[in-house]
Amino acid sequence: MNHGSKMMRRGATASLALLVAFLAAWEWGPGLLGVPSFIIPPLSMVVGEFTRMLSVSGLMMHTGITTAEVIAGFLLGSLLGALFGYLLGMSPTAEVALSPYILVLQIAPKVAFAPLFILWMGFTVYPKILVAILIVFFPVMVNVLTAIRAVDPDLINLARAFKATRAQIFWKVEFPASMPPLFAGLRIASTLAVVGVVVGELVGGNLGLGYLLSFGEGQANTPMVFVAIGMLTLIGGLAYLLVIFVEQRVLHYLPARPLGGI
Amino acid sequence: MPDAVRLEFRDVTMRFVEASGKSLTAVHQVSFVVHDGEVVSLIGPSGCGKSTLLNIGSGLYRPSEGEVFVDGEQVEGPNAHVAFMLQKDLLLPWRSIAENVMFGVEIQGVPARERKQRARALLEMLHLAEFADHYPHQLSGGMRQRVALARTLAVDPSVLLLDEPFSAVDAQTRMLLQRELAQTLKRARKTALLITHDLMEAVSLSDRVLVMSRRPGRIIDEIRIELPHRDDPIARRHDHKVGAYVERLMGLLGIDEPAGAVA
Repeated sequence: MNHGSKMMRRGATASLALLVAFLAAWEWGPGLLGVPSFIIPPLSMVVGEFTRMLSVSGLMMHTGITTAEVIAGFLLGSLLGALFGYLLGMSPTAEVALSPYILVLQIAPKVAFAPLFILWMGFTVYPKILVAILIVFFPVMVNVLTAIRAVDPDLINLARAFKATRAQIFWKVEFPASMPPLFAGLRIASTLAVVGVVVGELVGGNLGLGYLLSFGEGQANTPMVFVAIGMLTLIGGLAYLLVIFVEQRVLHYLPARPLGGI
Repeated sequence: MPDAVRLEFRDVTMRFVEASGKSLTAVHQVSFVVHDGEVVSLIGPSGCGKSTLLNIGSGLYRPSEGEVFVDGEQVEGPNAHVAFMLQKDLLLPWRSIAENVMFGVEIQGVPARERKQRARALLEMLHLAEFADHYPHQLSGGMRQRVALARTLAVDPSVLLLDEPFSAVDAQTRMLLQRELAQTLKRARKTALLITHDLMEAVSLSDRVLVMSRRPGRIIDEIRIELPHRDDPIARRHDHKVGAYVERLMGLLGIDEPAGAVA
């Protein structure tokens, strides 16, 4: 225990030192190496752009819209993914019937649908949410499906021997057994939802951080692109932490694991 | 009902169709009875269909031919009269120990207050009371098996079907668990059919031992264990007559044959 906490402290110190070194290199590295600021703007310039965008470009509004789209896409995509995972997991017939189509959809690059969705729904938030739903759907569905398949048949037999109904077997055995893989899927989904939304915003519309990305690119405003990337990473990181927060409450019965193991 | 028949297998034959389409007879015309309060062991070479018989007894499989009766009722599917326990403890990791014990009674719709009472009493009896609110991963293998036993007893079955319940725990724990099982069966006056590979376990825990042949499994002999201390297998192990019983079982199973003669 003592040894472990000492190791943790050393690791945390090293991690902090790395951050300081990285920020210093970012601030002074480009100047020392003669890299122009439109390629890599130093840290102070990006921070300056950040405050400028806060007051002039409506950065918070764009961030808010992107966040809302990420949340909507994540929730709907996860819900649909889990639902299909359970349905296919419980009905082998449905799995056989649907698996070729699901496989094709899974192979198709989901982000490539973005222009199509924008053609259908215009420059609204919906095509962005839809791309996120599509991209979030598969990892959640596959994890749930695999989890249902992997339930120990002896466990099912035990429940059956106690005269459990099909619904009881699902709610008392299969559903709780699927929780750890479901959360593993949700962790992946939380970061993928950001990807889906950004691609949607890049393709069309004049709202959201993805729009700021392409706007900054068009203006050759590299600091703006950096700010947008930073905010997107922040959204993804918070979504990920939120999933872990819920996961640790739901899976409290599992032996303690190190935080953030991906 | 001291001599009442609790469990009866009548001419039970079980055939499976293999993936290749060939029919395979796992057990052939097996008949035996287990009386009230008796502990009967079933031994035999691996693959002789012992576990198949257990699955038929618990109503999970329907036999190809023949019938099984529990308390005089024909077994036609899972029923509340029998409960089984396997080598795997099959505890649900998301349920506390007390909740695991209540798993069966909860499915059967026993009211919450009564099932809590039963769980508490059983955990008390098996010296697990202080672990009621723990989770399975916090318990040792031997303790987990005791929880599985409590879960089996909680549904108050007429017959317990035990499939190598202690083969996954270490030798010393096994002896302690055997004693606990024997005392529990005695105290609760339960009837049990025990499947085991361990001849010493069969002799030290049972009133009778049924010996099965290689596949297709048939019952080739029945040995009555005329020894005291059925509720204390550790005391029974000290009995000098135990060795003779084990030797006889080894002979029946062909374990005595020279090396190479047994596959």
